[in-house]
Amino acid sequence: MAYRTYLMVCAGTGCVANQSIKIKDTLIKELEKKGLQDEVAVVTTGCNGFCGVGPIMVVQPDGIFYQLLKSSDIPYLVEEHLIKGRPVKKFMYIPSEKEPPIPKMSDIDFFKKQVLIALRNRGLIDPEKIEEYIARGGYSGLAKALTEMTPDQVINEVKKSGLRGRGGGGFPTGIKWETMKKVPGDVRFVICNADEGDPGAFMDRSIIESDPHAVIEGMLIGAYGMGSTQGYVYIRNEYPIALERLLKAIAQAKEYGLLGENIFGTDFKFDIRIIRGAGAFVCGESTALMASIQGMPGEPRAKYVHTVEKGLFDFPTCLNNVETWANVPQIIQKGAEWFTQIGTGDVTNDPWGGSKGTKVFSLTGKVVNTGLVEVPMGITLREIIYDIGGGIKDGKKIKAVQTGGPSGGFIPESMLDLPVDFDELTKVGSMMGSGGMIIADEDNCIVDMAKYFLNFTQEESCGKCIPCREGTKRMYDILENISVGKGTEEDLELLEDLSYMVVESSLCALGGSAPNPVLTSLKYFKDEYLTHVREKKCPAKACRQLNVYTIDEEICATVGHGCDLCKKSCPDFAIFGETKKAHHIDQMKCHKCGACYDACNFKAIKVE
Amino acid sequence: MPKITIADLEKIREDTKRTLNFRLGTCKAKITVHMGTCGIAAGARDILSSVMKEIEERKLMDVIVTNSGCAGLCSKEPMITVEMANEPAPVKYIDMTPAKIKKIFDSHILKNELVKEYALALGSEKTA
Repeated sequence: MAYRTYLMVCAGTGCVANQSIKIKDTLIKELEKKGLQDEVAVVTTGCNGFCGVGPIMVVQPDGIFYQLLKSSDIPYLVEEHLIKGRPVKKFMYIPSEKEPPIPKMSDIDFFKKQVLIALRNRGLIDPEKIEEYIARGGYSGLAKALTEMTPDQVINEVKKSGLRGRGGGGFPTGIKWETMKKVPGDVRFVICNADEGDPGAFMDRSIIESDPHAVIEGMLIGAYGMGSTQGYVYIRNEYPIALERLLKAIAQAKEYGLLGENIFGTDFKFDIRIIRGAGAFVCGESTALMASIQGMPGEPRAKYVHTVEKGLFDFPTCLNNVETWANVPQIIQKGAEWFTQIGTGDVTNDPWGGSKGTKVFSLTGKVVNTGLVEVPMGITLREIIYDIGGGIKDGKKIKAVQTGGPSGGFIPESMLDLPVDFDELTKVGSMMGSGGMIIADEDNCIVDMAKYFLNFTQEESCGKCIPCREGTKRMYDILENISVGKGTEEDLELLEDLSYMVVESSLCALGGSAPNPVLTSLKYFKDEYLTHVREKKCPAKACRQLNVYTIDEEICATVGHGCDLCKKSCPDFAIFGETKKAHHIDQMKCHKCGACYDACNFKAIKVE
Repeated sequence: MPKITIADLEKIREDTKRTLNFRLGTCKAKITVHMGTCGIAAGARDILSSVMKEIEERKLMDVIVTNSGCAGLCSKEPMITVEMANEPAPVKYIDMTPAKIKKIFDSHILKNELVKEYALALGSEKTA
């Protein structure tokens, strides 16, 4: 019996964390209770991308989008929508207080401006069913490659498409494949890099969670092109759902004979092994990743000899990122020409001539709509932040956009009309990176943010090169000093000198890009640093050691009625005052931890 | 499971086409069964079942069914609204019975010929 309605419940990590599995179970139970189980199907899908309003459910074929669901809402929703046919307004997306709810997913701005290639199946298929992937045209790219194209034609098609490495490097994929193909030898490997480590980034995780077969098909096509028979997926163990779905997908592909020997009756054979990473950031670097697969410490090596010549176990190895692999089936299926229609520049003669296709970003920070977005290359940052992201939270002013995670840089508001493109972002000192995009508003202190990223890189530095190991630590120390009011103007010069030293003398991209947040923040937000070192003040009031906390006695006494919360929260016993009367802070005892500010419910604590 | 061939891929795609059209919301015809309290009391559930039965029996790939609330003309329930992709305005049919549904499928859905005797009016109501 066919179903009349499909309830697509999001089961990406974000929604699962918000109990979407429980919602699914309640739905099934409720449908049975009402006798609708043969008419209405419940399907779990991968991440829809709009993680900020999860758990999400989309009702098809009408495309009604429900958000922020609780399992206690389900009986009402089933009764109203599925029995009486009245979509429930209170669970719909409301763009702002003044506007009416938007029933249809396709009408929501967040989804409207996106162009999906790598995430084309998100929310539409059950990632744990290979048949649904096939139903959406899956594995027909592989079929086309194996039966209609020679390996060289496959490589040529990818080269013509202008696809560039989505892990952040932006190296033309076709050229990498071609170089690998030319290296003699029978044994060669392909690797999928799913060791995504940037704080606040979850593109690769979502792709695997919502469409694991796209990655497998991409690897199969690449392996056919380059003549490899063995692939590896290096995935971090902290991604349990992604890992589970990938394992299931590989098992299904094997069962269908899509992995193994004589694929589609040809003599092409290929197999995939999964290697679980332990979560070291540096293992996202290609040579460190290969060392880790070999069971050695995850440390990078100098790349005088490229990994396409001597990589894993010293055999030619082609490593691509999850998103890169996920783009490949579409390129083969629809052709390079289709792919080059999206994006910037011209890649007909020069593979470096532009950025083609789409890029997935995880939009986080002080933006209204947080989540995962796939946008065409060339879109401006402003469009991503304001049209898709819905602007800045609480009507605040934007300060900067941080792209590329700890290796990227800050881009100030004046440059928001910059098109998103590998080369444009590099020109202003940032980088595309793997796709992290963190929005900072006026309450974020640039020194504090630079310090956060530096802290991350200095902890994750593998320690092989002294400039990276020690340099990032010293840079962190200087930033720490500035944030507590011990910095001087000379420190800023030293910071810049150290940055260039670390960039130039580190072996791998971790050290080579770690100073980017510092360099770009010094370049675009010098004033803020100067206020910190000269006036010992933090304009955003985020560096608490530079703040002075006082209590507005009138508000405290009349509005808060001397509630004592601040007094109880203060670890220094610096707050005095009788209950029900105005309190005050003894500045000599205050260590400026800000606990009172966080504790006060009446906004009586003032910060200067 | 024996090894899959390229022909099998096609077969799977054909078998799941209907499911997929449903999920994507792409279709030739969309039938809305009005299921307010009045509609349900007048037998809209049977109508919904028979619409689904027709689709099933005729193996239609691109006809989707959905339900909505009371259309306001409670005395003429059960009602359905038929929207064809190639017709500009939706058509409302009144006083439905399973036999009438069959006829609507025979002529309107399959041959694009309106069943005038069951139709209430063309077009949708104006909304403020």
